[in-house]
Amino acid sequence: MSQYSLNLLFIAASFLLYIGIAWWARAKSTNEFYAANRGVHPVVNGMATAADWMSAASFISMAGLIAFTGYDNSTFLMGWTGGYVLLAMLLAPYLRKFGKFTVPEFIGDRFYSKPARLVGVLCLIVCSLTYVIGQMTGVGVAFSRFLEVENATGMFIGAGVVFFYAVFGGMKGVTYTQVAQYVVLIFAYTVPAIFISLQLTGTPLPPLGLFSETVKDGVPLLTKLDQVVTDLGFRSYTEHHSNTLNMVLFTLSLMIGTAGLPHVIIRFFTVPKVKDARWSAGWALVFIALLYLTAPAVGAMARLNIIDTVYPKGIQAETLVYEERPQWMKNWETTGLLTFEDKNGDGQIQLYNDKDEATAAKFESEFGFKGSELGINRDILVLANPEIANLPGWVIALVAAGGLAAALSTAAGLLLAISGTISHDLLKGALTPNISESGELMAARIAMAAAIGVATYLGLNPPGFAAQTVALAFGLAAASIFPALMMGIFSKTVNNWGAIAGMLSGLVFTVYYIFTYKGWFFVPGTNTLPDNAENWVFGISPLSIGAIGALVNFVVAFAISKVTAPPPQHIQELVESVRVPKGAAAAVADH
Amino acid sequence: MSDHDTNADAYWAANKRLIAGSLVIWALVSFGFGILLRPLLSGIKVGGTDLGFWFAQQGSILVFIVLIFFYAWRMNALDRKFGMEE
Repeated sequence: MSQYSLNLLFIAASFLLYIGIAWWARAKSTNEFYAANRGVHPVVNGMATAADWMSAASFISMAGLIAFTGYDNSTFLMGWTGGYVLLAMLLAPYLRKFGKFTVPEFIGDRFYSKPARLVGVLCLIVCSLTYVIGQMTGVGVAFSRFLEVENATGMFIGAGVVFFYAVFGGMKGVTYTQVAQYVVLIFAYTVPAIFISLQLTGTPLPPLGLFSETVKDGVPLLTKLDQVVTDLGFRSYTEHHSNTLNMVLFTLSLMIGTAGLPHVIIRFFTVPKVKDARWSAGWALVFIALLYLTAPAVGAMARLNIIDTVYPKGIQAETLVYEERPQWMKNWETTGLLTFEDKNGDGQIQLYNDKDEATAAKFESEFGFKGSELGINRDILVLANPEIANLPGWVIALVAAGGLAAALSTAAGLLLAISGTISHDLLKGALTPNISESGELMAARIAMAAAIGVATYLGLNPPGFAAQTVALAFGLAAASIFPALMMGIFSKTVNNWGAIAGMLSGLVFTVYYIFTYKGWFFVPGTNTLPDNAENWVFGISPLSIGAIGALVNFVVAFAISKVTAPPPQHIQELVESVRVPKGAAAAVADH
Repeated sequence: MSDHDTNADAYWAANKRLIAGSLVIWALVSFGFGILLRPLLSGIKVGGTDLGFWFAQQGSILVFIVLIFFYAWRMNALDRKFGMEE
């Protein structure tokens, strides 16, 4: 069977599975549509949360981010997992106890203020919509590489599948398809990694392989990697090179942002009890960790494999001959994500850090190199991994299905958060409070269909700033949503004015700092200051500012609450009730 | 009513203590061992590099998992002890 047929088979089979599950799990009430009837087992919810959370960025990009930078990008590993500790202890159980359907609903009720709820809606939509663009682009890339269809066609197919299970199934359909998608994506990620780890280190477990000796020469893998990358003029892999303050703040921003992302929080509304929400967060992190512990191994091993491929005889003048390059290089050259330019006309491929003057001069005088000739987009690492390691065709097809599963599951979760807030917070909560349950359910489905349309449009015509917007999504979640939720639970004194002022100042501060360096509304050339470390305040990058924004939010909220009227008695009782699991049934009975 | 309040306050205080303790460990393994204290741990070699690198790429994640399960287990016990179960 040809590779193309295998890819088609795996992708079509996985899509049929998702559609079948969606048909089985159709939502018939708002409770099913928003919260899957609160009947999801904590382990099942943990698995669904893992798929919900692990996006195209985690699956496709993260290993590459680590591979080409090394230790300094451990921030992604710690940041994107550490947030679950905050979620499990500071937010999820209490919000589950509160027993409503959306994140802005809690903000509106706890701060007894419609404007506060609307600020919450605004933050949620901006966060989720920016995030979903990346998922749609990921779907397009995966389709175009593996099924050789146009980007746009790929996106339409992907959107069609999401439409089917999200519009009909709501949270219930999304939950069970996410479980299936988790299984597909985790196999797709770990199977090639196991093979590669065996080939390189003889250890079947990639996380152990990372710290083992290589089969070839018995030197520890990381020692060898440090050696070859520094020989090629790159910075060492395991050492710390970046600004420490920025590294700490970036990690913290990712953690707080993760805990504050609405599409992750609402997953914890689906479990039966408060204690299930606690367990479920632990299970979610277990399932996430399977991929996150594999990723750094994939990154380091792929980096070493690529260097070995280019320098089959070690670092010397005779390098890989272009005409003899392996098949995977040819495949990826056609996508433009891998490029070769024969600068010294020797018909061989060279790869080194030609921006390092000493290395460039040394290699030119000793070997006659005239610059690094191989350009590798870091996003292809995971997708090309099975081909680099010469794995059988079905593994490549599995990775194709896995990449799509990662992008689709996250897209569905985000779209669910968006449609829920439109039908429940905007329509039912503000514009048309008398809407019937069936009317609200219909509105939720229409909002979902519209959100898919907008997401597909944005995926097809990505604003020039698509890559930057992830910073905005995490920054907003960290600076506005997380502090508001935490104060709503842990403080009885923060009042409506405090919360609104806090959210807005955290939001404005964060957006202002990001736009200062990234351009106003990300329009290139409109940035007030050049976007480099010399111009950042204390070396804090715009990507790391969310944690400071959160601090601004906390300080402003407490200060304003101090000088205005304290929350009324019934709000203080509400806070007391969300703090204890007892009496949760009453809150559900409201619906 | 006041009895109920004292009980609820004690429950909440116990929860906050548990959270505070957990978050100290959370910060210690990630920001501490993984980043700021890494130079102090550089003498401890692990698989071709040092312990701080291991904490940054694996150890912190493993500790996070243990922390969440520990918290869930302790809190569920506290629910029972203070009669706060659902």
